[in-house]
Amino acid sequence: MGDHHHGPAKGLSRWLLTTNHKDIGTLYLWFAFIMFLVGGAFAMVIRMELFQPGNQLVSPNTFNQLTTMHGLIMVFGAIMPAFTGFANWLIPMMVGAPDMALPRMNNWSFWILPFAFAILLSSWFMDGGAPNFGWTFYAPLSTQGPPSTDFFILSVHMMGISSIMGAINVIVTIFNMRAPGMTLMKMPIFCWSWLITAFLLIAVMPILAAAVTMLLTDRNFGTSFFDAAGGGDPVLFQHIFWFFGHPEVYIMILPAFGIVSEILPTFTRKRLFGRVSMIYAIVAIAGLSFIVWAHHMFTTGMPVIAGLFFMYATMLIAVPTGVKIFNWAATIFRGALTFETPMLFALGFVFLFTIGGFSGLMLALIPADIQYHDTYFVVAHFHYVLVSGALFSIFAGAYYWLPKWTGTMYNETLGKFHFWLSAISFNITFFPMHFMGLAGMPRRIPDYALQFADFNRISSIGSFVFGLSQLLFLYIIIQAIRGKGKKATDEVWDDHPRGLEWTLSSPPAYHTFETPPSEKLVEEHH
Amino acid sequence: MHKALRLVQLCCILIGSLLSSVASATGLQYNMTRGVTPVSHAQYDLHMTVLFIVTAIGVLVFGLLIFSIFRYRKSKGAKAATFHENVQIEVIWTVIPFVILMVLAVPATKTLIAMEDTRKSEMTIAVTGYQWYWHYEYLNEDISFYSNPATTAEEIAGLVPKSGYYQLEVDKPLVVPTNTKIRFAFSANDVIHAWWVPALGVKRDTIPGFINESWAVIEEVGTYRGQCAELCGVRHGYMPIVVEAITPEEFEAWVAEQKGGLEEVIEESEA
Ligand SMILES: [Cu+2]
Repeated sequence: MGDHHHGPAKGLSRWLLTTNHKDIGTLYLWFAFIMFLVGGAFAMVIRMELFQPGNQLVSPNTFNQLTTMHGLIMVFGAIMPAFTGFANWLIPMMVGAPDMALPRMNNWSFWILPFAFAILLSSWFMDGGAPNFGWTFYAPLSTQGPPSTDFFILSVHMMGISSIMGAINVIVTIFNMRAPGMTLMKMPIFCWSWLITAFLLIAVMPILAAAVTMLLTDRNFGTSFFDAAGGGDPVLFQHIFWFFGHPEVYIMILPAFGIVSEILPTFTRKRLFGRVSMIYAIVAIAGLSFIVWAHHMFTTGMPVIAGLFFMYATMLIAVPTGVKIFNWAATIFRGALTFETPMLFALGFVFLFTIGGFSGLMLALIPADIQYHDTYFVVAHFHYVLVSGALFSIFAGAYYWLPKWTGTMYNETLGKFHFWLSAISFNITFFPMHFMGLAGMPRRIPDYALQFADFNRISSIGSFVFGLSQLLFLYIIIQAIRGKGKKATDEVWDDHPRGLEWTLSSPPAYHTFETPPSEKLVEEHH
Repeated sequence: MHKALRLVQLCCILIGSLLSSVASATGLQYNMTRGVTPVSHAQYDLHMTVLFIVTAIGVLVFGLLIFSIFRYRKSKGAKAATFHENVQIEVIWTVIPFVILMVLAVPATKTLIAMEDTRKSEMTIAVTGYQWYWHYEYLNEDISFYSNPATTAEEIAGLVPKSGYYQLEVDKPLVVPTNTKIRFAFSANDVIHAWWVPALGVKRDTIPGFINESWAVIEEVGTYRGQCAELCGVRHGYMPIVVEAITPEEFEAWVAEQKGGLEEVIEESEA
């Protein structure tokens, strides 16, 4: 045993060369948070431009670049790395493993990301500017995109490699490194949600890679996959993109399900209701996610029979999603509830994600979708799923495990303040978007008809408050990391929360579970 | 149970009437248009049905959640129950949503099949999307023209007051007859656009190299406005659509006038 087993290296090399799952988790989480602020800043400019009708602040081309970069940064830079950060920190501690199974690959899969996003962001300064065709980069618009599009393609490839390596690590860790006695059925539900997510990632990231590669060759090497004049088909692009894109949606929400399912039992002091059906529901949702992609394409014109298939399959997703929501409600029912910040965000998730689920069901119905499609109704829908869904679960998880990770309680009053500010301003921002969309406002437009002015103004004001509230989150986290606050106990939360991570000290040693926990401990804590 | 249902109903009506009174007081449109075609009516009805259903489910689920949040507080001495599964209830809340979905699928399927049935159309208009304007061609009539956005740069820059139909005006609207089954054939010249007029219940991608179809029977005379609904480049937000529906008699006169105008132009150029 060398010295390196006792603590981290000093200085920058600790972070550059680290193979420690906790360090890598921290890197992922900080990276995600920085990207969240960058993507959020783009959103602020978008909302400023839309504050009133007319062209005020940015040119229409810059506006398109902002919506494109906002989407790409939030999806690939903020939400996905944040969940990978949680996976790194938590999965070894939850299954009683000393580290991730493939620690050097783990280092590599993180360190690809800063370079991928540096390339993507540098496109702002290139000739012709940043990509301006939306995060969905539909051909042939993207085929004709600015020169920076090729750099965008390179960075997507890098993100894909990073995600696949991260996913392989999760799968191998879960299958091979669980402590004795921890059967798959006893494994924490967060690990389950990530296991399924990892399979989705491995299945669809190569599809995304194919899409960008075909785009690359269409742009530079004379192929015409997506060009009708050369015998190709622009709609083929959408099929390929959404065959990746729909499972991607679940990649961004299944870990959220896992986090919320860990948090609710702790603050209701009850076991998760219907644990087995929760796992089946995750698997069912993941399975269905492969046969619903064309519901993003109902206006492209498809045979009636294909439309019916995709509509019915999409509607079916409401069943397992409903099971999850009902199970969470049943977990809360007759509990002994307390309302610490993680619980507030988890409850906010259950309420607001459900609203996103409702609009999702509405969008599944083709005749109605013809009116909703590509309007602000869709923008409202996916922000209810991704902000009050994925992001709120990330906040909930951060507050929930931060005391464990840092050994210091965050400031509870400020945390609650952060929740209420976020939840209220979120609804002020995004609820009116339902109305705008139904009233006929298309998405991705830099200017709009006068009838949409009132809702847009309300939405913009809400978004500014939401954006500023996140600086409070930054402050709260930094205070906790600097040890400004009460010392956290090992269990952190009252009444014995379940999970092996609470058997470790707060903060945990640099290396934990170097000898696996006993079967008795596993049995007591599942 | 009966009482609960009545309460749900009452809540929906209350919320609905509150919203509509706010809307009528401010002139704000907040809901989908009912439109002026059989298809748009069916879309609207389906929208309202599913909205009612999700609202009812929402009232029940959120009601239970809010009740639990207030009733089962540890600070008020609540003791946690120990139950954590119940096969019966889990089967029930898997099956009931399934039944609700089947109820929804019936009108959705009917409407979809009707929407896609472009047979027996009485006229065809070819719509072509360009960056960033529309081209209309009345097949069999020998009439075709471009329809360009009419909102001025001064209005956009805020140098002059914005007109009432800011960003929803064109120089030459698409003129169509009412009570006629019009088939639209969509295509595009450069990238994908989408031709959307909410009141007609039509939104279709216009795809370069391919032809898409849709149809409308407009039941009321009027002017209907829409916009391009697929990101198509820099001026995607500046691609309005205006449809002017006039009676078939007026339409005949309009067609004659267009052709007459055309003949005059030809005569002039020949002279
Ligand atoms: Cu367009």
